[in-house]
Amino acid sequence: MTAFEAIASHYNYYITIFLMVAGLYVVIARGNMIKKLVGLGLFQTSVYLLYLAPGRIVGGTAPIYDKHYEIYSNPLPHVLMLTAIVVGVATLAVGLALVVRISEEFGTIDEDEIFARDEDQ
Amino acid sequence: MIMFIQAVLLTLLAAITIAIVRQRNLFGVVILAGIYSFLMASVMIVLDAVDVAMTEASVGAGISTVVLLAALYLTGSREYPPVHSVALPLFISAVTAGALIWGTNELPRFGTADAPIHKHVAPEYIDASRKHEMPPNMVTAVLADYRGYDTLGETTVIFTGGIGVLLLLRGRRKRVKNDAERGETAA
Amino acid sequence: MKLDLILRVGTKLMLPFILIFAPYVHFHGDYGPGGGFQAGVIIAAAFILYALIFGVGAAQRIAPPSIVERLVPLGVLIYAAAGLPAMFSGQGRYLDYGVFGHEFAHAHEWGILIVETGVITTVASTMLAIFYAFANRGRQ
Repeated sequence: MTAFEAIASHYNYYITIFLMVAGLYVVIARGNMIKKLVGLGLFQTSVYLLYLAPGRIVGGTAPIYDKHYEIYSNPLPHVLMLTAIVVGVATLAVGLALVVRISEEFGTIDEDEIFARDEDQ
Repeated sequence: MIMFIQAVLLTLLAAITIAIVRQRNLFGVVILAGIYSFLMASVMIVLDAVDVAMTEASVGAGISTVVLLAALYLTGSREYPPVHSVALPLFISAVTAGALIWGTNELPRFGTADAPIHKHVAPEYIDASRKHEMPPNMVTAVLADYRGYDTLGETTVIFTGGIGVLLLLRGRRKRVKNDAERGETAA
Repeated sequence: MKLDLILRVGTKLMLPFILIFAPYVHFHGDYGPGGGFQAGVIIAAAFILYALIFGVGAAQRIAPPSIVERLVPLGVLIYAAAGLPAMFSGQGRYLDYGVFGHEFAHAHEWGILIVETGVITTVASTMLAIFYAFANRGRQ
């Protein structure tokens, strides 16, 4: 198998890994809390891709029954990822509510400033 | 043709991600996250996941953007340059990426019909939903009927998230100690 | 002022279609993509759009926060209660839809409909309640 074929058949997974690692980098390396939450959302959406990509069958169709089609893509990852998306937005809302309360308490949402201020008190 | 469209969309996703990582103005980050959600919904349609695409478009690009903008309005909107060096996070990210790439090389080709994922539970759901004359949308049949417990748990999680936000944000703002002059208007 | 006028008129034209689209997505979730989650978010989006253009106070006159917050657990209650008839009538286990009708296919369609009603109620009211919580925090 040539190198181009090897990359093309796994291109999905490479982009998924890139998104995952980018989200991880934003969570670790950036100090602003809202940016961290956005990075966490990046990480979550890459996990959706990771589940949905293996479920697709080339030559099949979406998992809605129609008498013209025989092969359907796998419906199980769709069900699991539907749950995951809605749960993700609920946790994002709770995280942002926490950030709002932190900013009212400390006056800033930068992690390093909050640590410095916490040590002073 | 489908593979070409998919490759283009995925490359655009990667480009938007790089923009999100490097952008410092948080308002720009929120708008880029909305664009990212729409691109992700398009990728999901190409992957034949139409239900998930609808949910991601409405929830990710709709509700997430509104809630992020509301939080941005209540806090601040500028991100400071990093204080610590980024060498260690970059190293950790590179090691994680290398390990994951090495792990996913064993996965089957994209789109094969005889991968192990299509062999065990999924054909049973597809055949059972035809045999029992369930609604044509197999995702709804699995979500609301065959896996109804999971959906009950998911609804409870949404309920809990809403209660959590209400507990945190309802109620009066605490008066900040050095804000005595503006304290009267906060009551 | 001119831009404000365009936004107001455009929103007034779009809102009925959004509010009709949501039950369409909900009820046609059996035959195409859709279901309770997407429909709940679309309803919440209609109310949030109204609040963004015409003010949170106007939106709160239409959908008061006290009623919205009471709808949040009501959806979970509907979902959980849909599982009880099977248990109490002795015909099956919890969340068995067989008691809702005589034929298997009809009974399960009724079961899915009731359960998705619970889901749409909880999702729509939770998203709207979260928006109200964030918006009212800034108005104090």
